[in-house]
Amino acid sequence: MNETNIDFTNLPDERGHFGQFGGRFVSETLFYALDELQSMYDRLKNDPAFLAEIDKDLTHYVGRPSPLYFAERWTEKVGGARLFLKREDLNHTGAHKVNNTIGQALLAKYSGKKRVIAETGAGQHGVATATVAARLGLECVVYMGSEDVKRQSLNVYRMKLLGATVVPVESGSKTLKDAMNEAMRDWVTNVDNTFYIIGTAAGPHPYPQLVRDFQCIIGREARRQCLEQTGRLPDALVACVGGGSNAIGLFHPFLQDTSVAMYGVEAGGLGLDTGRHAAPLNRGVPGVLHGNRTYLMEDENGQISETHSVSAGLDYPGVGPEHSWLKDIGRVKYVSITDDEAMAAFRSLTRVEGIMPALESSHAVAYGEKLAAQLSKDDIIIVNLSGRGDKDIHTVAKIDGIEV
Amino acid sequence: MNRIEKKIRQLKEQNRKALATYIVNGDPTPDITLAAMHVLVEAGVDILEIGVPFSDPMAEGPVIQRGHERALVHGTSLRDTLQLVKAFRQTNTDTPIVLMGYANPIERMGYAAFADAAADAGVDGLLTVDLPPEEADDLHKLLKQRGVETIFLLAPTSSEARIKRVSELAGGFIYYVSLKGVTGASHLDIGSVKDKLSVISRYSQLPVMVGFGIKDALSAQAVSSYADGVVVGSALVDIMGSGHSQAQILENLSAKAKSIRVALDQR
Repeated sequence: MNETNIDFTNLPDERGHFGQFGGRFVSETLFYALDELQSMYDRLKNDPAFLAEIDKDLTHYVGRPSPLYFAERWTEKVGGARLFLKREDLNHTGAHKVNNTIGQALLAKYSGKKRVIAETGAGQHGVATATVAARLGLECVVYMGSEDVKRQSLNVYRMKLLGATVVPVESGSKTLKDAMNEAMRDWVTNVDNTFYIIGTAAGPHPYPQLVRDFQCIIGREARRQCLEQTGRLPDALVACVGGGSNAIGLFHPFLQDTSVAMYGVEAGGLGLDTGRHAAPLNRGVPGVLHGNRTYLMEDENGQISETHSVSAGLDYPGVGPEHSWLKDIGRVKYVSITDDEAMAAFRSLTRVEGIMPALESSHAVAYGEKLAAQLSKDDIIIVNLSGRGDKDIHTVAKIDGIEV
Repeated sequence: MNRIEKKIRQLKEQNRKALATYIVNGDPTPDITLAAMHVLVEAGVDILEIGVPFSDPMAEGPVIQRGHERALVHGTSLRDTLQLVKAFRQTNTDTPIVLMGYANPIERMGYAAFADAAADAGVDGLLTVDLPPEEADDLHKLLKQRGVETIFLLAPTSSEARIKRVSELAGGFIYYVSLKGVTGASHLDIGSVKDKLSVISRYSQLPVMVGFGIKDALSAQAVSSYADGVVVGSALVDIMGSGHSQAQILENLSAKAKSIRVALDQR
């Protein structure tokens, strides 16, 4: 990484663009709602009372700060750089998703809207949304592809226990992208009384910005904790990228620290050359979907491709627009890890550290191992452990041929 | 003069309202759409809107979503749709054609290549649901240079500032989305349509067509009192997806279009 004078932190511009990416590609009906959301957020984002309320919730409800944990045995086993885990898996509801839903639910409360909707893939964002909705007494409807409803029955039941209505989506490929289409359709129809809580740093402006801002708590804490524990900044950061909210949350507070290398890990599925993966930054092209311009997986006619990953949370054909921009300017390197490599990392971390990572996070763990092996013992790597693996037990057991 | 403008001017002189219809290219099979277009024109349709199939038609209700899915089973593409228009123009040179779809297939083809091909095929207007004025500048310019109009949506939630802005850029006609919702929804409120159209007419000289939620002769007639015309989509796509024989589908399509034509002319 060359020294540079670029300010990586002053985007998006006022129209929501990160270079050529981002923007607001939605039908006319939603403009008013996006304008309203943006002006409310612009007003609140520096309001001490609003920020104090989020802080209070993050501390006492979510359980932050999450630890930065030096994984000593794992480091020894890999035999390279020192590996630290940012423990987002220890948050209430078990993943980083809640950092964002706390913030957006508070915006919903300030907006006076009594109904929130969300899309979900693996169900983590759905659970995090249902959780904050229960706490604020808001009506909650979660859209989930019918394929995912089948694959993630545990999370579906959790959402129902929390009082949410889970709507299985039967259109298209019946997965996350279709759930997002359906949530948009609901929003267009119920725009007067409904707040749409988007789960990742994608979608029309201002969502990529506000989701990033809410997730930046990860990187702010990690930066401070690393300085406290080691007296210096890390040499590299590693995070998995589906839509990319945990990654942008970790990366963003370090973007101006040009000595810190960053690696976003996409889902390589069965291998990039098989076409059965979810790695738009590695193999996609820029296009328009779900309200923003970004790298997408699509065919030669511009139809969005179906994706594959062992982890439902990474199984998405697009990616947040800021990642597309960070790729093109070269600030972050985007790599990929296959299903098999992620599964091996899941088992390895579980056995060596007693920490069971989510299959999404296992992609970051796997790349962290590869990278650490290439670096020296003096180097420091922070791997974002974005969520815990309990939700994936059924998937792992199935691969092992065990019925649980 | 662009065919859209010419057609609406003619209708105004006759004190008639415009009937625009929407079907998806390739729905349910690639071989029916050309015939369906001619059938609709014979039944009295003034403007043909042709849906370009897309894998993620975010603004559509269930009926039109299924239409896109049926068309994609056979891989019907934007290029196929431009070919369709070219074929239609061999025997019909005066019915305006508007392509309606989503940004990504056009992004993939490339704006300049698309603008050239659209003009060459005989397309008169383009309505891209997810390409609002804020993001449409580049494509708009390329189309304008080639005589293809960019048609924009206005909605019940559009502020006066946005109405003004859209009016400055829009060509052909304004497509007013009659309700907060997706295509084919059923909560049309004529009173609120009337109010909004009077605001729009303060900023725009363009004709205003009203769509979303207009499914039969009665709703078409009611809305047309305040607009220059109506767009009927889901009611026809429903017929296309009925599973009947091709002959039967075309017969039902014709009957539906005629019933609305008659209602519009009897106001």
